[in-house]
Amino acid sequence: MPVNSSLRAELTLEADVLVIGGGPAGAWAALTAAREGARVVLVDKGYCGTSGVAATAGVGHWAVPPDETLRGEAMALRTRLGGFITDPVWQARVLDETWRRLEELGRAGYPTSRDDAGGSVLRIGQAPHYMRFMRGLVQRAGVSILDHSPAFELLADPEGTVAGARGIQRQKRRTWEVRAGAVVVATGGCTWKSKSLGGDVNTGDGQLFAAEVGARLSGMEFSSFFGIVPKGTSMDKNGYFGFATFTRDDGSPIEGQLFGSRAPLLKASLDGGVYAQFDRAPEHLRPVMRAAMPNFFMVMDKIGADPFARRFAIDFVLEGTVRGTGGLRVVDSECWTGVPGLFAAGDTASREVIVGGATGAGAPNAAWAVSSGTWAGRAAARHGQLVRGRRADLVGTGGAGIRPAHGAAGAKGAWRELLRAVQAETHSIEINVFRTDERLRRSLAALDGLWRGARTSIGGELDEQLRVRECAAMIAMARWSYASALVRTETRAMHTREDYPATDEAQQHRIVSGGLDDVWATVDAAEGPCERLAS
Amino acid sequence: MIEIVSQERCTGCNICVRVCPTNVFDASDDGAPVIARQEDCQTCFQCEAYCPADALFVAPLRTPSPEESVWRDEAALVASGQLGLYRARVGWGDPAPPLPSDAAFSELMDTIRGNISGRPKKR
Repeated sequence: MPVNSSLRAELTLEADVLVIGGGPAGAWAALTAAREGARVVLVDKGYCGTSGVAATAGVGHWAVPPDETLRGEAMALRTRLGGFITDPVWQARVLDETWRRLEELGRAGYPTSRDDAGGSVLRIGQAPHYMRFMRGLVQRAGVSILDHSPAFELLADPEGTVAGARGIQRQKRRTWEVRAGAVVVATGGCTWKSKSLGGDVNTGDGQLFAAEVGARLSGMEFSSFFGIVPKGTSMDKNGYFGFATFTRDDGSPIEGQLFGSRAPLLKASLDGGVYAQFDRAPEHLRPVMRAAMPNFFMVMDKIGADPFARRFAIDFVLEGTVRGTGGLRVVDSECWTGVPGLFAAGDTASREVIVGGATGAGAPNAAWAVSSGTWAGRAAARHGQLVRGRRADLVGTGGAGIRPAHGAAGAKGAWRELLRAVQAETHSIEINVFRTDERLRRSLAALDGLWRGARTSIGGELDEQLRVRECAAMIAMARWSYASALVRTETRAMHTREDYPATDEAQQHRIVSGGLDDVWATVDAAEGPCERLAS
Repeated sequence: MIEIVSQERCTGCNICVRVCPTNVFDASDDGAPVIARQEDCQTCFQCEAYCPADALFVAPLRTPSPEESVWRDEAALVASGQLGLYRARVGWGDPAPPLPSDAAFSELMDTIRGNISGRPKKR
């Protein structure tokens, strides 16, 4: 049965809160909502516990003890790296909320490990323990989890209030519908299926659903982050590369900053091979590094490479808005999207307020997931319980990929061409990193054509529909990214304009974007110029 | 990418079918799940960590390994102890490897933070 038919879904549930996405942001949202007394359903495209980048990568959190000096330093660093478009109020409350939530995890029985001196240590974030533990907490709080149940679209009442969602259960080959008093989208960022570690489920689905009901985005120009991986692999753990020296094929060094713009490294990769060696890692810390990041060294051991002793080839995978920062623009401190009934959390929401235009790397992103998930879950619980028992006719709000504009149906497997085409525009370092007015406009024109294709396509089988819908979301994300990149006529943080290489003081503001058939981007007038902190 | 489901080791518990975030496996009636959609594998190693029988091998490449690759040679991988490597490394095998002490871990994190800020504390 196609999901867009008017027939009743094969599985129907009612809840106060529906959480879409089961990574850390969704898990914290569901947990918080359940503790507030709400009946909660959590749906995940894959499996809550392994889905997404936090489950697979293993991340430390941006967790700074409640000490004014330490927190001030941490905030100032992110403000400087991020290009001075952060917000100190948001930074402070993220640090505060994250610290309290992580303390709570310790009390909730997060497993300790044996350390090499025989003591016991608590290491929250260690892959893949963290999300396995979070799944357990969520289940014990009484949340109903539907795994392998991607959402296709939001449901709304006649006034436009979001009141649930529809999707499919891939493994059971049936449709689901959850009617809910409030919805939290926590579907993650978008990597345009680059095969980065854990990122392929992050296709921008939640951003598309939200835009379809009128939500806006912010910071989408900061979507061009490429992660470093040992060549040919998915292992995009980037923190240790701060210990690396980088070289070209001929052994000549590549100078450049690793944590702001990666332009020098990425530029070198266009001309030939690029190599890294962790030769700057202090000798006594090497075994610590090995033990602290088992996934990276598991891959190095499978390849048979010793990153301390010899240089190894690297290449790059697009991490898009997962390590970039753009996403849904939240309009208040509870992570409300501005659309009645709809809240956003984690990578789905713009992270500019805490890290600006620079990658947060894992730590601030993980902290943002914890804190924004907590706030969105609490607000959704309150809203959802207020409207409990509401009866209204609900309509599906989705378009591209599931409800074709002109009734046309795509050929079987047509999504492969859509996927290849949107990846050609986004995975290209030349287009996406070294941005120029001309390249961006050419790419946007191609993406507009792809969008028209997605508007008139629909897959036949449920699984095909999912793939077309994912392509539609990725195309939409790319269009918001490049439309925003055109408006920012300067170079700031990760956003690199070859035709505007300098940072322009007058553009110390945020860029908001939106639209579906007609995409737009403009200076965020509501925010005004961002407050400048001393660096 | 996932390359091997060991027929010899697999107990047919289907945990991998359940936990794979990109739905790569199909359960089968006669025991071991099949790798039904390898192209969807995102090389996240979760199945390898969760497999209690150490029956799975995820090659480090994000593209399929060539046929002659050692990463498709089950006997060689068993001999080199690589089946179940990730489960052992994350500490879900027996016994779990020890983690660095809080003091050593803190020093590492401080050093990484120094690298990020461009003002390294130690060199």
